[in-house]
Amino acid sequence: MAACSIEDLLAKAEQDEAEKLKSITVQKELDLEFDIGNLVAYDKNRIDIRQFREQKKEDFLRSLARDNTQLLVNEIWKHPTERVEEVIVVKLPEPTTPLPREKPPPKPRPPTKWEEFAKLKGIQKKKKTNLVWDDVAKNELHRLRNIARAQKIKVPGVGLTPTAQQSKTDLARAVNVAKSSTASAGKFQDRLPKEKAPRNTGKKRKFQPVIGNFSNEKQRQLDLLKVLDSKKPRLDVNKAVNKQMREDDREESAAKFKKGGKKGRKGGNFSGKGKGGGGKGKGRAGGKGQGPPSGKKGAGKPGKR
Amino acid sequence: LPWAKPKTKRAKRFLDNRAPKLTENVKNAMIMKGGNTSMTVTQALKDIYALKKPSAVLYKKKNITRPFEDSTSLEFFSKKTDSSLFLFGSHNKKRPNNLIFGRLFDFHVLDMIELGIEKYNSLSDIKSSKCPEGTKPMLVFAGDAFDHENEHKCLKSLLTDFFRGPVVPSVRLAGLEHVLHFTALEGKIYMRSYRSLLKKSGCRTPRIELEEIGPSFDFILRRTHLASDDLYKTAHKQPKALKPKKKKNISHDTFGTKFGRLHMQKQDLAKLQTRKMKGLRKRRGPAAAAVVAGETSLKTTEVE
Repeated sequence: MAACSIEDLLAKAEQDEAEKLKSITVQKELDLEFDIGNLVAYDKNRIDIRQFREQKKEDFLRSLARDNTQLLVNEIWKHPTERVEEVIVVKLPEPTTPLPREKPPPKPRPPTKWEEFAKLKGIQKKKKTNLVWDDVAKNELHRLRNIARAQKIKVPGVGLTPTAQQSKTDLARAVNVAKSSTASAGKFQDRLPKEKAPRNTGKKRKFQPVIGNFSNEKQRQLDLLKVLDSKKPRLDVNKAVNKQMREDDREESAAKFKKGGKKGRKGGNFSGKGKGGGGKGKGRAGGKGQGPPSGKKGAGKPGKR
Repeated sequence: LPWAKPKTKRAKRFLDNRAPKLTENVKNAMIMKGGNTSMTVTQALKDIYALKKPSAVLYKKKNITRPFEDSTSLEFFSKKTDSSLFLFGSHNKKRPNNLIFGRLFDFHVLDMIELGIEKYNSLSDIKSSKCPEGTKPMLVFAGDAFDHENEHKCLKSLLTDFFRGPVVPSVRLAGLEHVLHFTALEGKIYMRSYRSLLKKSGCRTPRIELEEIGPSFDFILRRTHLASDDLYKTAHKQPKALKPKKKKNISHDTFGTKFGRLHMQKQDLAKLQTRKMKGLRKRRGPAAAAVVAGETSLKTTEVE
């Protein structure tokens, strides 16, 4: 009993399979040849001319095409597929039909002058690794920033903080900065035997030699006395007043910006043009210069120039 | 080289794109008209341009040349647009509705085949929704003429080259929509273009249903100009670098089993490690020897 039912089951399963495949099977005398790399199928079967003439030409051609396309698709579906970004894609093999090239294959180029030189010297191409933030340097930078914030001083620029790998330029810059951070701006620092003297460094103030040009000295002393003697004020009141107004404007707009900045940046933009306000102040002061400030401000101003 | 060395990077890239390469670009086609053309021919050229877009150029002006006699102007155009395929359409009393398909190698004509249009339905005649531009078509060549006749074989190669599009490593399964079917029968070649619909079948592979979208041509084969065997050989030569590298030491037998050879150093058979037998281990002193003797006798009985 059981044996019969198993056989029946098997037979039924086979039938079902055949049914399923019925829709995609095509009967052909000769199997088709395929070139899946190019998505081409070659059908070498003889075409029945009588059938072609009996049926309507288009219908015959269409059914022939349908059968051949079905076989081609069956063949394509046999190849491995993979999923690429939510799309199922079939991996095609290399094309098999030999097709002529467009241009002849490239000729090997003669090596360039550099390539020859490199070969001669045995220089190999070194791949430059991408710059990555060095952890040691990062820690150091953060530590210095914290100190600066605590003591309200400025952090030295990039390159002056110690890092693990420092290039030649970084080191050179650090050395120069260190040298010139002395009271005499690096003018009297000891130099290495072959090191050249630094140009454009040193103190920016020049003093006349103590015993030198006597006539020059005499002239300078007399000029000084003349200036002290004259009644005209050495201060250009106009200029002084303008400067003061500019500074006031700048302070005002800076204060406004800060206020605006704390509330909302967008609002602050309109009033926050510190530099613009300063510029406006320059033009304005011309008219106001003659007015009241002359007395008081003149007295307060001679120190600033 | 007729032009000076490129001065900008962009120019250099442009010229490198057109220079001979290991893996070549998609072949560009130039579609042009002859001295006299008919409505059929102009419409046919437009339709084939639509099939071949974007790797094709359609010239509007007429070119008074005869490709079978003089190919210099073709070669000049091919150099200008870097095209290695051409389609020349013309019409005269002797050869009405004539299309010449051809290809070039190294900017010289390799081969060309003249086809006459006997019946033609354009894309606009056949009302249906068309495939998107640039779909890679499936090509089918039916009829034993494509296998037996020399000229048909050449035509097969030419048409494959013309319509196949870019060579890709993988294709979206749902994107296999376009089918071009060529049938060689009774001296005529029928070209039909269908849109394939993938229907559900019981299993993974879909059932195909076709819907004609056009254009459809009934061609008859006229003149041909094939290259010499030597030229074909040179044109088909692939550079060595493209051949897949053969892995040494691996061989396959007829069943497909993979074989390889392992090379070992010379082994000292005396020191070869076999199953460990505790009794056979070297013991120290005469007592050990007695023990060994006792144990070995035990072992022999066990084995039995």
